[in-house]
Amino acid sequence: MKLYNGGLIITGIVVFLALAFFPFYYNIGKVNAKPEPKLEPAIKMSEKRFGKKQCVEPREFMRREHMVLLNNWRDSVVRDKNRRYSSEASGKTFNMSLQNECMQCHSSKKNFCDKCHTYMAVKPFCWDCHIEPKEKEGSKS
Amino acid sequence: MSMDRRQFLKITGISSILGLGASVASATHPIWMPGVDPDLVSPNAQALTAKRWGMAVDMTKFRSEADIKRVVEACHSIHNVPDFGNNPDGTKNIKDEIKWIWKAKFKQAFPEQATELNEHLEEAPFLVFCNHCDNPACVRVCPTKATFKRDDGAVMMDMHRCIGCRFCMAACPYGARSFNWRDPRPFIKKEKQNRKYPTRTKGVVEKCTFCTERLAVGQMPACVEKAPPGGLVFGDLDDPKSAIRRLVSTRYTIRRKPELGTGPNIYYVIGGR
Repeated sequence: MKLYNGGLIITGIVVFLALAFFPFYYNIGKVNAKPEPKLEPAIKMSEKRFGKKQCVEPREFMRREHMVLLNNWRDSVVRDKNRRYSSEASGKTFNMSLQNECMQCHSSKKNFCDKCHTYMAVKPFCWDCHIEPKEKEGSKS
Repeated sequence: MSMDRRQFLKITGISSILGLGASVASATHPIWMPGVDPDLVSPNAQALTAKRWGMAVDMTKFRSEADIKRVVEACHSIHNVPDFGNNPDGTKNIKDEIKWIWKAKFKQAFPEQATELNEHLEEAPFLVFCNHCDNPACVRVCPTKATFKRDDGAVMMDMHRCIGCRFCMAACPYGARSFNWRDPRPFIKKEKQNRKYPTRTKGVVEKCTFCTERLAVGQMPACVEKAPPGGLVFGDLDDPKSAIRRLVSTRYTIRRKPELGTGPNIYYVIGGR
């Protein structure tokens, strides 16, 4: 079997592979750190109310399901007039409000929400309407 | 495997019963994600409740323009309603304007009311806003159920569902709804922004909601608080003992365009004392 235009084809394949794998060898050796959302600057609300750091539900659950939980909270508040949520895990009661409850502890959108959302390239539209807390390092917003 | 007719009918019968049972069970029990079970959520204990919220407006209690302006300002600042100001030629920018509660002349608010020999009434100012109708035309036409009637009578907006089709604006006979043609954020003065309430986004319709967020924490609507005493009376029209019901039952009141059958729940007290 004879390969016609062998030179051209092989060069083409080499160029294609070089281009296709460019992102991989370009990033070799570069650190690609996992996102680490932070509660900074401060946990105010939960410490004042419960005397300790108190998540709505356990961290693993929130990491996996927070978007579902927020969607259900939203429907429950807007359509069914509910405002209180008692935690399944801890039994503590929370006000179902992104602006007035969640962000009182997770007081920095930049250090918390955006950390993972940017990494994962997801763009939730919460903040088109809801007002994010003022970004201030280490002080109350 | 061989099967006789009798066995075959038995198996199909049992499996269809099981299938029906499962579909009934899944239809009556909505699937909830863990952690957001309906048993876990409840309204605030201090929330104000009613069977049919309504408002009575007595314009004779408003002594000056400032009284009216204060009420409008209170509502609009608390709900982050943008101010688009004037056009370059100095006229009001009515195309972009967003309003929840505003001042209208009697002849605009009640066009079907005769004012013969009482022409000064035509120009008299009246506060108008969403009528929270019993039979709201806006709710009927909304294709996404973004606007809906709550069981306490308030006609509410779910901004998350609004697709901006503006059917509701065409349906509402009171012009109570405004469309966000532009991103409202830059037109809300930073110092006036209420950080406890969301803004809206471009492409949704908004209107008065009877301050559902305030009712939920046991507060009266913002306009009622800021109005002169007795100017705006808010309460449960279905409760015979409520102040609003006694007022509406004893004084002469009119409603806006009741002949259209929308059943407006805002009553205008006519004839001061």
